[in-house]
Amino acid sequence: MANADCILIQGSNMAECHPVGFQWVMEAKLRGAKVIHVDPRFTRTSAVADLHVPVRAGSDIAFLGGLINYVLQGGHEFHEYVVAYTNASVIIEGDFQDTEDLDGLFSGYDPETKTYDPASWQYEGRAAPAAAGQREHGAARGEQHGSGGAGIGDDGEVHTDPSLQHPKCVWQILKRHFARYTPEMVEETCGISPAQFREVAEALVSNSNPERTSAIVYSVGWTHHTVGVQYIRTASILQLLLGNIGRPGGGIMALRGHASIQGSTDIPTLYDLLPGYLPMPHGGLDTDLATYLDNNGTDAGFWAHMDAYTVSLLKAWWGDAATAANDYGFEWLPKITGDHSTYQSVLGMISGDVKGYFVVGENPASGTANGRLQRAGLANLEWLVVRDFTDIETSAFWYDSPEIESGELKPEDIGTEVFWMPAAAHTEKDGSFTNTQRLLQWHHKAVEPEGDTRSDLWFYFHLGRIIKERLAAGTDDRDEPIRHLTWDYPTIGAHGDPSAEAVLAEINGWTLGDDPDPTHTDHKPVSGYTALKADGSTASGCWIYAGVYADGVNQAARRRPGSEQTWVAPDWGWAWPLNRRMLYNRASARPDGTPWSERKKYVWWDEEAGKWTGHDVPDFKATMRPDHRPGPDDEAEDKLRGDAPFVMQADGLGWLFAPNGLTDGPLPAHYEPHESPVPNPFYSQQSNPTRQVFDLQLNRSNPPVNDGYPYVFTTYRLTEHHTAGAMSRNLAYLSELQPEFFCEVSPELAAERHLTHGDWATIITARSAIEARVMITDRVRPLRLGERTVHQIGLPYHWGWRGLSKGDSANDLMVGVLDSNVHIPEAKVASCDIRPGRRPRGPELRRMVDDHYQASISAPARPDAPQGQVR
Amino acid sequence: MTIIDRSSTGTDVTLAGVGTPAYDREQRVGFFTDTSVCIGCKACEVACKEWNDVPADGLEFLGRSYDNTGRLSADTWRHVAFVEQPVATPETQAVSGMRWLMSSDVCKHCTSAACLEVCPTGALFRTEFETVVVQQDICNGCGYCVSACPFGVIDQRKGDGRVWKCTLCYDRLRGGQTPACAQACPTQSIQFGPLEQLRERAATRVDALHQQGVADARLYGEDPADGVGGFGAFFLLLDRPEVYGLPPDPVSTTRDLPGMWRMAGAAALGMLGLAAGSLLEGGRRA
Amino acid sequence: MPRAERRMVPDVTPMSYYGQPVLKAPTWKWPIAGYLFTGGLAAGTSLVGASARIRRDRRLASAASAATLCALGASSAFLIEDLGRPSRFHHMLRVVKVTSPMSVGTWIFSLFSALAGASAAAEVGERAGVPERVARPAAAVAQVGSALVAPALATYTAVLVSDTAVPAWHDARRQLPWLFAGSATASGGAMGVVLSAALAPCGGGAFAAGPRRMAVAGALVEVGADEAMHRRLRSINTGDVAKPSVDSAYATGQPRRLARAARACTVGGAAAVALAGRRDRPRTRLIAGAGALSVLSGAALQRFAIFHAGRASAADPVYTVGPQRLRLVPPAGQP
Repeated sequence: MANADCILIQGSNMAECHPVGFQWVMEAKLRGAKVIHVDPRFTRTSAVADLHVPVRAGSDIAFLGGLINYVLQGGHEFHEYVVAYTNASVIIEGDFQDTEDLDGLFSGYDPETKTYDPASWQYEGRAAPAAAGQREHGAARGEQHGSGGAGIGDDGEVHTDPSLQHPKCVWQILKRHFARYTPEMVEETCGISPAQFREVAEALVSNSNPERTSAIVYSVGWTHHTVGVQYIRTASILQLLLGNIGRPGGGIMALRGHASIQGSTDIPTLYDLLPGYLPMPHGGLDTDLATYLDNNGTDAGFWAHMDAYTVSLLKAWWGDAATAANDYGFEWLPKITGDHSTYQSVLGMISGDVKGYFVVGENPASGTANGRLQRAGLANLEWLVVRDFTDIETSAFWYDSPEIESGELKPEDIGTEVFWMPAAAHTEKDGSFTNTQRLLQWHHKAVEPEGDTRSDLWFYFHLGRIIKERLAAGTDDRDEPIRHLTWDYPTIGAHGDPSAEAVLAEINGWTLGDDPDPTHTDHKPVSGYTALKADGSTASGCWIYAGVYADGVNQAARRRPGSEQTWVAPDWGWAWPLNRRMLYNRASARPDGTPWSERKKYVWWDEEAGKWTGHDVPDFKATMRPDHRPGPDDEAEDKLRGDAPFVMQADGLGWLFAPNGLTDGPLPAHYEPHESPVPNPFYSQQSNPTRQVFDLQLNRSNPPVNDGYPYVFTTYRLTEHHTAGAMSRNLAYLSELQPEFFCEVSPELAAERHLTHGDWATIITARSAIEARVMITDRVRPLRLGERTVHQIGLPYHWGWRGLSKGDSANDLMVGVLDSNVHIPEAKVASCDIRPGRRPRGPELRRMVDDHYQASISAPARPDAPQGQVR
Repeated sequence: MTIIDRSSTGTDVTLAGVGTPAYDREQRVGFFTDTSVCIGCKACEVACKEWNDVPADGLEFLGRSYDNTGRLSADTWRHVAFVEQPVATPETQAVSGMRWLMSSDVCKHCTSAACLEVCPTGALFRTEFETVVVQQDICNGCGYCVSACPFGVIDQRKGDGRVWKCTLCYDRLRGGQTPACAQACPTQSIQFGPLEQLRERAATRVDALHQQGVADARLYGEDPADGVGGFGAFFLLLDRPEVYGLPPDPVSTTRDLPGMWRMAGAAALGMLGLAAGSLLEGGRRA
Repeated sequence: MPRAERRMVPDVTPMSYYGQPVLKAPTWKWPIAGYLFTGGLAAGTSLVGASARIRRDRRLASAASAATLCALGASSAFLIEDLGRPSRFHHMLRVVKVTSPMSVGTWIFSLFSALAGASAAAEVGERAGVPERVARPAAAVAQVGSALVAPALATYTAVLVSDTAVPAWHDARRQLPWLFAGSATASGGAMGVVLSAALAPCGGGAFAAGPRRMAVAGALVEVGADEAMHRRLRSINTGDVAKPSVDSAYATGQPRRLARAARACTVGGAAAVALAGRRDRPRTRLIAGAGALSVLSGAALQRFAIFHAGRASAADPVYTVGPQRLRLVPPAGQP
């Protein structure tokens, strides 16, 4: 990022939430980059940006779509890049219909199931991949393509028009689709003036060419929406059009919310993924290993080696018990049958289907959208295990919660057996962090954990060990996965911690050869994922991490100072895959393999040596010539052209138009948030038609465009606290810096609602009402949307009712309504009302919330309310 | 002794690269706090408290933007100020936007340090790094330094009685390390190093900002000819010092001390004369 | 609505950061103001005692010696009480620092106390059987010695408070030594009057002519220096409308009340002392004694007024920032 010439930060408050990484933005600025912050509030990021553009929360696609339209209409695209490296020229099926044709819907929508059939979105000449469209709605599978792209169907020639003139080619579809996204529509939707819009557009365009690059930064301000995935898609389209992907100082930086949350998706804690973004097998579809590979793999690009990655994973888990004869234990893998995401699990708790719950490093009672729904689930469990530093809101919910306070629940009526396990901090254990740039950095234990506190590794290792011991003598078939599991990590230290390095070595993987020795002492670590085999001769716990323990050395623990190496700093830590610091870096060179410019030189083709070379590890088959054209006998990566840089995609191209992989459309379209006081200015379709809504009393929605909930609010973090506060609200040094929950409002809204600076205000939604200290500030401004004025309220979501610094939880206001691709709740925007003073205590609180809701829904509908639309 | 810090990136122009330069025991070291790159993260406040074991000083919501610490005190040795300002376009004077100033304040470690000079016990002393430090085993809490400091930095700790302030991490300096706040600062807003180098760097930086059109940028406390002989910890500010709670033209009170002694001597002689004249007139009693 | 009328994250006024003081409030509490008075009183009284010794008025000399010791005792108590760590009082004696008026003062105070104590000890010794030829000269030398140190004790405290960043103290640095000297002189004289009034009449001549002259002369100097101080403080502009000069620190609240009361007591008392009958009569003694008590009260109130005005000037950033800003940039200039 330090190499960027322009940085657009949107959906992220990087300076506040990622202050350490923000040093690179400051460095880019020092080198002359223009920094733009688009955000509902003027934040600490805005304070050091060159330009702050206030935007209405939930309207980002309209803004980004406007930028795309500006690029397309003005001919500002990086033309050579777009033609060569994206699917702009690909011709799409004749029966594809756009939102332009269907007033906000794409072709293939089924109003009954509220899902899309992507058959009409396909490349002309290619049928949809076998698995696409077959999933139940609940198992909509966007995340599984995290590493490999979605398939593009069976073999067959892809029709293209390099002149980009064909009316059904992606380029022309794109132009028509975004033609509506004019500066005037941006103003009406986002509250951004045409002048400010042009300033941003011109900055991006003038800094995106062979000599210059622009970067985009986002965080959960983009993901936590019912159209979150499409936000990122819009940015991807923009960056592909500007030629900013795979080039130094370009890209889209997705900032993760916690230390190593990237690691927890790589080695996933997500229900639908196996390590390395291998999809979790589906009970009904993936009946055996071959079918699973056929359903989920591609035949071109590096994703074509999915068999090697999967078999190596199975070998890592079940060792000698995994053989070709038993499909390497594929049947022992758990299978999913539908949507088992967080909210489905919570609904399962409420219905009694889910009996037990492990909560680790989470605080759902105050940290998840609609905390009241979460707590209702917790109260209906048989058992709950919470591992954390202190007795947090989630473990204490049965005796200390808003429902206990209001008298709705009594401790004696809650049957949940709660096990609270004290957890060790990162300074008390060895391990690695994987940061947002896929960089693994090892940390060493500084002190032994005190008292009963233990590392997560210790906890799960010994839990597994004890379960294995209990089941060792059993004969039940269902226990086979556990009986055969390799579980032999050496333990060290006073507490018998399993060696974290041994775990890392297993994740890296090794060649098994013919050596039957079960102690694995002479297994040779693999050097990278290209060494993995599908014949059972290699094991690897996570194929993308293969190489982190190359040569038996913990590569993540490398700390050679930057001053002693190149500016890419390959000897600091280790980045997956294969210590590559930038993905798709083949795009930093022209199709012929020469750098686009001397200034932005990164990797290039060395004709003499006959291989790719440069500052980084090339993200390309090292010896594939730029002029390589696949022949009929070529397989996997050889099946891609030598000028197709996106090697995890089945066609090696950047997808401006996504024929597969998305559940809510091949192109992004602006939909209003689920709860919005504004009718959709673009289409009569108000909100994302595929969003997941759970209609139950505990999760009821504010009606859209309703005077009972006239204001927009958004939630966010402050530098001084960490997420739901379990790690910060118990620390005096942090709590004193932001001691109380507050709401940020504009002077105009304060005048309208008689709010007083420093006093209290009550914020009301259909879920709950909470109180906060009032912060009246110019940093929040009312937005003019044409004739309409929209007021926004800012609520930091760190607080809960325990710890040194206490306050109501902003998440209690939120509704659990999800994006259909990845089941992320819309936690960044909703509607509300605000009034001066503190909220009622006891039963009065529920009464007020209910009365407000009833009055709102029974009031006459506003003339501009979306007509008769539930969805 | 030369200590080289391990943090730098090796690129040509870097924030990190201007990190900890080498320094030795004979050099005066200090801070250059460049508020133009401060992001108000308060890592300096927390790192300082962690390293120096400074007590927490209360959970009070002040409503002064994001500042809930208030000011430097015996229990806050780094304090980040937050100032929200409307910004007017120069031509029309109409409010066109706003800016949010943030600045991490600290003890200035004055060349002419009034606190040190007035200390009657010798508890305050100048170290080999020419920083000003309180020896806690000596201080008897007379409070003189508190009133002498023109910046309101040093203060008495409630319940303890002694005075406390930034030590510029004297213990870390002796160990060849960077002070905790500078180490923790993610944007190099707090730069540590030999004072001479910092002054040169600051001059370059303020010139660069002026060229970029940031006319408000100015250095504060870098001038050895000022009222306290220059600060050991000086600043680049984007507005007048008083906006950040800093005195615009601080003068060490002891600069006037010789004159005060002379005047007191004259008054004392006058008193003696007055008394003698009054009392001894009429000679000895019979 | 104009911004100033709204309550919100406040605009930081040009003078300060959210109206906060730049300076820390002095940690010194009322005992220090008390010491400013008792120190001056001890000094002044010792001068009365020494002159009595020289004039061979042993009764007054002894009484003054005892009064000096009492004032010193109170002073020590005040000084130690005000320390954050009273048990470390002796740390004051670790160093001698001319840059620290408190260090210099400590040594002055110690020397003075030693001499005053020695004088008193000699007198006690005489009664306890120490030969008169040893005891009396010793008492006399010590008492005269302490009187020679006394003016330093009375005036160093002016330097002590002036040598701070507190505007109302530092800006009065040229007047305060005179004010303190005058006040101490007045106090000493007044104490002499009170002591003389308490002692049995010794017949002949005017009543306590010397102490009365001293009290009146001291009060005149005190009032004159006070006027000069206020004139000086009024000349230091802040640029603020409501508080135009540093002298505005005396314009309201406690400092104002104390200063007014001090002036009334001092002027009224001194007049009474001056005008009381020249003959030594009981009524004269009563009036002169009451006037002397009034002078003493005036001196005490004066010290408290200065003390509180200093605190007020430190608590308001206008007094710190205003004069500095004007010094830096003349009013018409740009910042």
